[in-house]
Amino acid sequence: MKILFTITLLLTVLFAAAQQQPTLMPGKIAPGVALMSVNDKKVSLNDYPVAKGFIIVFTCNTCPYAKAYQQRIVALNKLYALRGFPVIAINPNDPAISPDDSFKKMKALAKAQHYTFPYLFDEGQLITRQFGAKNTPHVFVVLKSAANLIVEYAGAIDNDTPDTNPAKIKYVEDAVNALLKNIRPAVAFTKAIGCGVKWKEPN
Amino acid sequence: MRKLSLLFFLFLSWQTASCQTVNLLTVDQLNDRIIKGRDTTFVINFWATWCKPCKKELPYFIKLENEYAQKQREKLTVLLISVDFKSAIAKKVIPYLKKVKKQDDLFLLDEKSEQEYIDRIDKNWSGALPATLFIKAGQRRFFETGFTYPELVKSYKNFQ
Repeated sequence: MKILFTITLLLTVLFAAAQQQPTLMPGKIAPGVALMSVNDKKVSLNDYPVAKGFIIVFTCNTCPYAKAYQQRIVALNKLYALRGFPVIAINPNDPAISPDDSFKKMKALAKAQHYTFPYLFDEGQLITRQFGAKNTPHVFVVLKSAANLIVEYAGAIDNDTPDTNPAKIKYVEDAVNALLKNIRPAVAFTKAIGCGVKWKEPN
Repeated sequence: MRKLSLLFFLFLSWQTASCQTVNLLTVDQLNDRIIKGRDTTFVINFWATWCKPCKKELPYFIKLENEYAQKQREKLTVLLISVDFKSAIAKKVIPYLKKVKKQDDLFLLDEKSEQEYIDRIDKNWSGALPATLFIKAGQRRFFETGFTYPELVKSYKNFQ
């Protein structure tokens, strides 16, 4: 009984520790991603042999911040997919906590918003934990190197969620533009503002 | 005369009930308010209508103010600052605040750059909600967590 208790406690602690994985900072190696997309096909980053890197966006259906950015994410893909940095969107939320973030609802949203990029469901939330994504939206611009994917930028899309300031700073665009010129982004980290990831309740 | 005063009283209570407004507030204005408050303890809660844990703890802040500022006459001011989008004031923020029993010191943050205001409120703030700042005459403590009422009282007393 005591052993069982200790194991349970240990698992709980480990689970908590896993959830509190810090955000992957610029310079760190990013994990590979292979998840189911809204077209019912598994999408892997290995499916993009000619890509120079990726704009990986943790986003969802429900958060007002994520909603405010939907069309800006579509615009990013339009701007950069053919130049070597396609958008990969990932929904990190547990539908048991946030029912409107279910895979079925993701399909409907991708259709309604005319998503031109994969919208993946991180069932189990492992990828979200590995990236240390905290909020939706939370962006990681990663660059392919010989053997790995390297995080070059982590944070917000820009500094103006309501989209009312014409002089906004477009962090992701600035970062990708720099990488396309083979230079390091001047701003490699910002705070991702949005709704916290809806983590699974520990059993 | 009595009838008249009753009418007047009714009019007054109707006035206060419908007077609930949400004012826009910049970080500069907030800092100015804090400086002018001298030795007042400010408990500043950042919340949003879309944030469930925020809405759960919002009444605790009002209870804290009733208990310690009004009943016990301590120098305490509770400011509730919504970080909802400006476009949500009329449709979401005001209708929600109508349900809580607080008439003044209701604000909506009026800043253009999110990255800037988050750092100016507190360097350690990730931007996540709920978030609460305790501040008094240069002394400050920042919390990026939700509170139960006993936890809030404890944090307030520890800060004094």
